[in-house]
Amino acid sequence: MRDRQQLGQAGEDAAARHLVRQGMAVIARNWRCRYGELDIIARDGSVLVFCEVKTRRGTGFGVPLSAITPRKVARIRQLAALWLVETGGHRGPVRLDAVGLLERPDGHFDIEHVRGVS
Amino acid sequence: MSLAKANGVVISGVDAHIVEVEAHLSSGLPGMSIVGLADTAVGEARDRVRAAVLNSGARWPQIRITVGLSPASLHKRGSGLDLAIASAILAADGQIPCEPLADAILFGELGLDGRVRPVRGAVVAAVAAVRSGLDRIVVAEQNVAEAGVVPGVSAVGVRSLRHWGQVLTGAAVDEVPDPVPEVPVTADPEAGAEPDLADVLGQAEAVTALEVAAVGGHHVAMVGRPGVGKTLLAERLPTILPDLTDDDALSVTAIRSVVTDVAGLVRRPPFQAPHHTATVAALVGGGRGGQPTPGAVTLSHAGVLFLDEAAEFGSACLESLRQPLESGEVCIARAGFTARMPARFQLVLAANPCPCGLGDGAGQECRCRSVDRRRYRTRLSGPLMDRVDIRITLGPPGRSTWSLECGDVDSATVRAQVSDARARATRRCRVLGLSPALNGAQPSSSLRGPLAPGPDAADVLGRAISEGRLSARGADRAIRVAWSLADLSGADRPDLEHVGRALTLRGEL
Repeated sequence: MRDRQQLGQAGEDAAARHLVRQGMAVIARNWRCRYGELDIIARDGSVLVFCEVKTRRGTGFGVPLSAITPRKVARIRQLAALWLVETGGHRGPVRLDAVGLLERPDGHFDIEHVRGVS
Repeated sequence: MSLAKANGVVISGVDAHIVEVEAHLSSGLPGMSIVGLADTAVGEARDRVRAAVLNSGARWPQIRITVGLSPASLHKRGSGLDLAIASAILAADGQIPCEPLADAILFGELGLDGRVRPVRGAVVAAVAAVRSGLDRIVVAEQNVAEAGVVPGVSAVGVRSLRHWGQVLTGAAVDEVPDPVPEVPVTADPEAGAEPDLADVLGQAEAVTALEVAAVGGHHVAMVGRPGVGKTLLAERLPTILPDLTDDDALSVTAIRSVVTDVAGLVRRPPFQAPHHTATVAALVGGGRGGQPTPGAVTLSHAGVLFLDEAAEFGSACLESLRQPLESGEVCIARAGFTARMPARFQLVLAANPCPCGLGDGAGQECRCRSVDRRRYRTRLSGPLMDRVDIRITLGPPGRSTWSLECGDVDSATVRAQVSDARARATRRCRVLGLSPALNGAQPSSSLRGPLAPGPDAADVLGRAISEGRLSARGADRAIRVAWSLADLSGADRPDLEHVGRALTLRGEL
């Protein structure tokens, strides 16, 4: 259990670094409410980005991104709306991103970043 | 990112529509969506195709896949699109070449192991391919013989998705074929113990009437008490009909391929004998869920539709036969669709003289009340009987003719005579510049013009009409039957004797 959480944490850290490398600014991470959790909230220029991160060790159960199902996307969309209501203040476009990370044996990650999932 | 196309086909009734299957791979979350009015079976293709691709040793693109089926307004039904969907996806991913897909129709269901399974309706699909100018159809190996009967299209049989990929890329085909279980092809119903006219004892008049009916494609009604041989005779009408023409053989094969497995081109005329409890939908065709289903009239296209115990059929059923009898096709309209299906059949009706069956005035007494008898008779009158050219009453076979020996005419001999007579009629139509129709289907205008009977015969008919013993339509029917009689006897034109016999054959029941 510990191990899985550590992997997820490491993946989210790597994902956040990746987003920053892409020129985005991370606003918040692991925002929780009673309905669930948003992994990363970032700003890409004027666009507010809600980013879901999925990390896996292997592709035996499919690539990491295949775990982000339409149902999960729909939940992130709802959570994003909740976040906007709670924090207020954002006037502008919103985007949902997904980042899939596959851990290599050397501990580094293969990163796949999809912008604007629907 | 990339787009590829393949041609699929969906079966609708006894017709098929080409469906363009497009696969678009784009960045996005991995997943596949199918758009374009797909039903459940097509929607399930998503899971079947993915499993089949993975189990064929191919790569499943881990990005967003959108499959579009056009025309988008057409209901897509069934599993026959699997092969086309898989091919379009693999082509979009660059795993198989795109160009060979352009002139071929793909028609097959995929098993989860990548096997290509046969689908009903391969003949119809091949006909649709020819119509839209595509010259190749790719089907499961079990469907090749079926699809191959259509001229102008070459049928390619593939065992599995892997095999299809190897065919496309020209790679060496696997030495050890993927195991394909043998699908038992149902034997042609015409093969085996075929009924023969020689089985009929006595009833020489009825046999002759049947022969005349076979020549002209006349509809027949037979009335007689139980056991005189009405059913026996009707079942033997197809055996004395000539082989189907190429066009008819193709459409009969196509119709049959939609409802059952077909081994090859069907050459013998079909025979359908629906039970008298049949519904209207079973008789003329119906449909559920936007899909027309052929009925008995379509299944007996270019053959014989036999209604045994015709008076027991519901009156709605009998009335529903009028449109196909008139136009040679049936039009089914439902909430979701309107479908036209061919239905040019030869109708044979059989009935008892009354509900108890003994009311022919011979032998045992009839026990029916007169009101029952009358009601029974009215079922078989009116517009339907108007289209029946030959009406015969079968008496019990006489003592002299009834024996335990076989009859003296066999089907093969009679069939040869019928073929000769039909050839004569066809030649005549060509000489006179008429459309090549059977005598029973000649329009009234021809019967008054180029196909008028000899002067003395016309005289007899004219007198009968003026005395009110014969209606004008009745005279037309008599002339049609007279032509068939003349063709059988080798005469150039029906004379007095032919017309006289025709009038007897169309006698009131």
